[in-house]
Amino acid sequence: MSEFREKVRAWLAENVPGDEELANAKRFQAALYDAGLAGITWPKEFGGQGLTSAEQQVFDQESARYDLPNSVFRIGMGMCGPTILDLGTPEQKARYIPPLLRGDEIWCQLFSEPGAGSDVASLQTRAVRDGDEWVVNGQKVWTTVAHLADFGALLARTDPDVPKHQGLTMFLIDMHDAAVTVRPLKDMTGRAPFNEVYFENLRLPADAVLGQVGQGWLAAVTMLGHERVSIGGFVRKRHDPLAHANLAETARRYGRDADPVVRAELAKLYAAERALALFNVRLRQEAEAGSPPGARGSVAKLAGAQLQQQAVAVAGLIAGPRATAWEPGDAAGEELALAINQTPSSSIAGGTDQIQRTIIGDRILGLPREPVVDRDVPFRELRVGTQRSA
Amino acid sequence: MQLVLDTEQQQLRSTVRKLLADHNNVRSVVDGDGAYDAVLWRHLAELGLTGLVVPEELGGAGAGHVERAVVLEELGRALAPVPFFASAVLAADALAALGDTEVLPALAAGEKIGALAVSPGWGPAPVSATERDGGWVLDGHAPFVISGDVAEVFVIYTADGWFVAEDARRMPLTTLDPTRGQAKLEFAASPARRLDTADPAAVLEEVRDLASVALAAEQVGGIGKVLETTVEYAKMRVQFGRAVGSYQAVKHACADLYSTSERAESLLRHAAWAADHDREALPLAAASTQAFTGPAYFAAAASGLQLHGGIGYTWEHDAHLYYKRAKSCELLFGGHDAQLARLAGRLDGVS
Repeated sequence: MSEFREKVRAWLAENVPGDEELANAKRFQAALYDAGLAGITWPKEFGGQGLTSAEQQVFDQESARYDLPNSVFRIGMGMCGPTILDLGTPEQKARYIPPLLRGDEIWCQLFSEPGAGSDVASLQTRAVRDGDEWVVNGQKVWTTVAHLADFGALLARTDPDVPKHQGLTMFLIDMHDAAVTVRPLKDMTGRAPFNEVYFENLRLPADAVLGQVGQGWLAAVTMLGHERVSIGGFVRKRHDPLAHANLAETARRYGRDADPVVRAELAKLYAAERALALFNVRLRQEAEAGSPPGARGSVAKLAGAQLQQQAVAVAGLIAGPRATAWEPGDAAGEELALAINQTPSSSIAGGTDQIQRTIIGDRILGLPREPVVDRDVPFRELRVGTQRSA
Repeated sequence: MQLVLDTEQQQLRSTVRKLLADHNNVRSVVDGDGAYDAVLWRHLAELGLTGLVVPEELGGAGAGHVERAVVLEELGRALAPVPFFASAVLAADALAALGDTEVLPALAAGEKIGALAVSPGWGPAPVSATERDGGWVLDGHAPFVISGDVAEVFVIYTADGWFVAEDARRMPLTTLDPTRGQAKLEFAASPARRLDTADPAAVLEEVRDLASVALAAEQVGGIGKVLETTVEYAKMRVQFGRAVGSYQAVKHACADLYSTSERAESLLRHAAWAADHDREALPLAAASTQAFTGPAYFAAAASGLQLHGGIGYTWEHDAHLYYKRAKSCELLFGGHDAQLARLAGRLDGVS
């Protein structure tokens, strides 16, 4: 019977039409890697190029002219990979970094839960030690590309008897394990780029821990720092319908380019786009000179979300009724609607605008923190999210 | 492009900041004891800052626009009531672009104060030029001349080209911003020297680009100071038993100030760098920095004032000085609409 199962499995894997987009992404990333253009600033010993941000900048500028088909690797490249480089063991780096850079393996980030969004540290997914292993049970949500991911960085509670930030541990997990169930979740655009993920007695070896047991919050903060820089520093691609250049082109196409209000709003948008892009260049140049961005990534994240909203407003000004209804199959109409519908996510995903402002206030400006009621309370005594904890 | 200051530029910043901490007396000017701070002006001249970007052969320091931006940021932070922007930026840049060797050295040395007369929308000043007895005379009024109340040398852009004159009647205006004067100049058969150039309008454009960068520097300095004092106050002021900076409404407004400050500085660094190293990129960079920074400074100053509560609305507190300076800066060069139209025009050429 098991032989038959193997046969069925192998045949299906080989013959069911795959996701062409995904295959393209992998081919492209592998070609980048072979050309010596993947992981430009990552260490050479793990397959990176060991170059500087100047080279990265050149690559970003040049590649911004194209719609690179590799966005499925963004979480791995922008968040998980850098965090593994920061905190991983030599074995973990050697195992995970090269295939990540080659595009062989896709990563997702398993932080958010139904009861733990902005307050990530109140998460309830549990990892319980059993001999040398850990056993994970719980649920994650809004997990981008989990349905395509090979591995995930999982934040789980390993000690409910200490305050919430102290009882967390980060694990590197295999998303193909039978104990992991991924259910696509539709977002407000009607597409399903993210998922719910369930763990039912997922067993993890001791070396699945990234960083130290009980130090998961540190690992999470490290990763979230990379995330903000990655999201905020994301260069607007040439094809992005909300990029200034494309909105200016749309204005020409719709005959709106002589309207003084449109011209003024496009000019404002251009200045805001430049301000953010140049801020990101500054962050990189400072990092190169030895001062890492730290919480300043939150400025990029916040400003990026604001820019998105500004661009949507300008798009609406230009398009008028064309933003409200269009002929079936009209690509421009679909694109604009998608941009309008995606905008709210930029102020929520990766930490809300409000969270970013709090981070800037607390960590950069040194303003006094809000009184915290749960800092010294063991997690098991807390009320979290909308439910009473176990 | 280099958007981070090097060690020498940072040292220049500390030097100027220290000088201003020791000598700036903005309140004496605000309270009407003088039109500008002559002592501070002399100190700036002694340090060679009044001729910072003027070539050495014309009596200047031959430094770059990145350096001048650093100095202007500090002057803007301190609201230094000196005619630096009018003399060491507007007039000096115009004279340098026109290749003048007669009065520029005196301006560069800070021995004379210069001012630039153009129309408020940066066209020709409503002044007519007539050739008489082998020389030129000017007639007409030039309104809204920055630091025209204290200037001794006037660089005038007219429909007939560029002129420099020293005999004009100065009629000081009452100003929104008490730290920087303006005047209406009256020319009545006033002798003037013509400054010949192949393309007078191109010189005006160049001067305006450099002025946009310089003004942005002053504005970025102002935003930085507003941020600093507001955050300090939010940490110190207690209401309802807590420092007000711990309330999200206040903390988040401070975070927005910081975000504004960082982005404005980024545009400025690039524009100043372009002025020194990439003149082709300058027109777009200069227009971009004003399009963003003009309203950003005013919003920051207004927010900073609000976050100080009633204390911010009192004459004794400096918050209103930043508010007034910010609005004045925003309305220079034809106002924000004109800045946006200028940027839009330049973007037409790009895409």
